[in-house]
Amino acid sequence: MKLGRVIGTVVCTQKLSSLDGLKLLLVQPVDETGKDAGAAIVAFDVARAGEGDLVFFEAGKEAAQANPNGWFNPADAAIIGIVDAVNVPGKAGRS
Amino acid sequence: MILARVVGNVVSTEKHPQYRGYKILVVQPIDPEGAPKGRSFLALDGVQAGVGDTVLVVDEGGSARSVLGDEQAVTVRTVACGIVDRIDVAGKAAKTARH
Repeated sequence: MKLGRVIGTVVCTQKLSSLDGLKLLLVQPVDETGKDAGAAIVAFDVARAGEGDLVFFEAGKEAAQANPNGWFNPADAAIIGIVDAVNVPGKAGRS
Repeated sequence: MILARVVGNVVSTEKHPQYRGYKILVVQPIDPEGAPKGRSFLALDGVQAGVGDTVLVVDEGGSARSVLGDEQAVTVRTVACGIVDRIDVAGKAAKTARH
């Protein structure tokens, strides 16, 4: 799992039926201080996240299992939850 | 498995139901000497670890489900599965993990 910030949405009309009804969001991976960490990715969303939200996402084959339309789908990143707070002692918490 | 230090935790209310009840740790990978190595990431807690602990982290779904004892947790991939007491490196003094 990694932390990320939702920086946009991706609209895709022509796609496989297993991805129907899923929101695709553009996610910028960040570290625990909120600093960018790597290139942005596209992830589908099961946590009802929106632009600007700090989220955590799962990557790899396990992400596909979060798809409510079934496990057999071509997804490799899923937004699993919206972050309320990141507590790192010695550093200011982020939310 | 990845050697890492717990540096914090994440609080989340709105999340996938399979993640309910688990503590989410922020872990920083380290080398055997304890120096940070690479980017931090998140892991579910399977061993009651806390901030400052040196932990072993598995980053594979099947192993993660075994550690949690929850075969239904199919989306889970990264779990802390051990708290490190000591690291011995050949030719170097033993390092006791900071607790």
